[in-house]
Amino acid sequence: MGNKEQMEAYWRANLRYVGILLGIWFLVSFVFGILLAEPLNTIRIGGFKLGFWFAHQGSIYVFVILIFVYVWLMNRLDRKYGVRED
Amino acid sequence: MDIQTWTYLLVGLTFILYIGIAIWARVGSTKDFYIAGSKVHPLANGMATAADWMSAASFISMAGLIAFMGYDGGVYLMGWTGGYVLLALLLAPYLRKFGKFTVPDFIGDRYYSNVARTVAVICAVIVSFTYVAGQMRGVGVVFARFLEVSINTGVYIGMIVVFFYAVLGGMKGITYTQVAQYCILIFAYMVPAFFISFQLTGNVIPQIGFGGTLADGSGTYLLEKLNQLHVELGFAEYTSGTKSTIDVFAITLALMVGTAGLPHVIVRFFTVPKVRDARMSVGYALLFIAILYTTAPAISAFAKTNLIETVSEEEYSEVPAWFNNWEKTGLLSFDDKNEDGKIQYVANEKRNELTIDRDIMVLANPEIANLPNWVIALVAAGGLAAALSTAAGLLLVISTSISHDLIKKQIMPEITEKGELIWARVAAGFAVGVAGYFGINPPGFVAATVALAFGLAAASFFPAILLGIFDKRMNRQGAISGMIVGMLLMLFYMIKYKLGGFGGGVEEDWWFGISPEGFGSVAMMVNLTVAITVSRMTEAPPQKIRELVDKIRYPQEAVEE
Repeated sequence: MGNKEQMEAYWRANLRYVGILLGIWFLVSFVFGILLAEPLNTIRIGGFKLGFWFAHQGSIYVFVILIFVYVWLMNRLDRKYGVRED
Repeated sequence: MDIQTWTYLLVGLTFILYIGIAIWARVGSTKDFYIAGSKVHPLANGMATAADWMSAASFISMAGLIAFMGYDGGVYLMGWTGGYVLLALLLAPYLRKFGKFTVPDFIGDRYYSNVARTVAVICAVIVSFTYVAGQMRGVGVVFARFLEVSINTGVYIGMIVVFFYAVLGGMKGITYTQVAQYCILIFAYMVPAFFISFQLTGNVIPQIGFGGTLADGSGTYLLEKLNQLHVELGFAEYTSGTKSTIDVFAITLALMVGTAGLPHVIVRFFTVPKVRDARMSVGYALLFIAILYTTAPAISAFAKTNLIETVSEEEYSEVPAWFNNWEKTGLLSFDDKNEDGKIQYVANEKRNELTIDRDIMVLANPEIANLPNWVIALVAAGGLAAALSTAAGLLLVISTSISHDLIKKQIMPEITEKGELIWARVAAGFAVGVAGYFGINPPGFVAATVALAFGLAAASFFPAILLGIFDKRMNRQGAISGMIVGMLLMLFYMIKYKLGGFGGGVEEDWWFGISPEGFGSVAMMVNLTVAITVSRMTEAPPQKIRELVDKIRYPQEAVEE
């Protein structure tokens, strides 16, 4: 294992990314799609009530985006700390 | 050509394809058999994971289930996709770095204990068997409906095909057949969806048509119309739920965590070459899954609207031909209670005259929409692809658990690789046999046990793996006690409220108002709490385990510049 401090910085950055992305994960599904679904349903986008849309469509789109953002962030981080596999 | 000929032709062609792939991909080493030699491209692994994941239930039943649940159906949509975010961020890359063959491998090594390994094997086998029984039944049901053979004959045919490519090709054979199966099932799912969306809303993309206006020129939004129809017939509005918020929350969480903890899904990420491939291939997997999962709720809304508008208050003697066709299969039944010759489909049980099996929403859609015969045959081939791909993935987990985690790691550590491979094949054959038996004689509690599979995975594997990666201080005592307490609590709750054991109980007695389907999230929390508490009261794990955790946290040793 290379420089110990470097490795700890890598891990902390990873945890920060995971924390932020899981925050969004929780927000779109559990908060928008479930807890606040009723009040959000008063807002309409096209034929969709917003809370219903998050539960049936929106959260899934966000999930896909979250994973690809994580892939991008981690690839960048791997390079920065020199732990990218050959 | 008629439907029957088309179906034989398409199903026959796809089966030849699967067997052809099996022969091409036959393997000679345990590494190939267990994890396809870790040489699978992340894109191919994404497709294989999607097919592995999407079962007969996703393909055939989910849209119908949602059609009758309305908003509440969101628990499946969010629950069965959100788990992939957890997989990508919390599990897959680290397990890939760990780089062995199975989930019990990780638990056994990380917790330096064969007891932990055995607990994990037991969980893996229970989870996989409960799941696979339904899949084999699904194969039988699809055969029975489309090819007019008995369900049992259908199960036998399914067993032979799966036996062929799972035993011969192991993970490698399964992976590449799953890639083919994904292509077939997604094509089969989307074609009718495009047609129906266009017919109903004038927009060919179902996800957009879902929120669009009806094509009848009225300018009314589809969902508005559907809500209106529901209210007129005495049902709750389609876009509002009937379940309590806490239960919806708990079920969604349990399904997400359960998904991330299912061994047949996790093990797929051992098959790619690198850590970054593992991350990427979870992204591909969810993308491919999302295509079906965002289409399903649109189909639900289309099919429900179509159904109500076609049959409600119509003369029974004038219903379209598909109505009578599906009546013959028992999926639809009409009982003219007030003898007025018209079909009353209403919320009130006493006056309702129409009983609808939820599966009809996908199976009968092509006929309802008057699509050509080849589309109907395609749906049959797609349903079989979905069921077979999931069954194969589960069977492999069972066979590896036996040959690798029990025999090689515990009973006969001296066994040669050749010997282990023979055991793996025998175990796969045995698992096919048992799965087939359950397919032919389904235990009455199958429906209950599918929810149990998720609950168990959530209550056992997920916390143990998560803590193994993110908590260096977690030790053997903590992990084992957490898994056992979580699993027993889940089993207790399930048996009590689902199967009537331990005095049974009704909805009013549910703890915190949480249903057995959602209880996995509570059991998971209990597992986490027990594991952390016990680990802090017992000695820290040995130094070499801390080094192991360090090792899996980084894709590779840092290169000095």
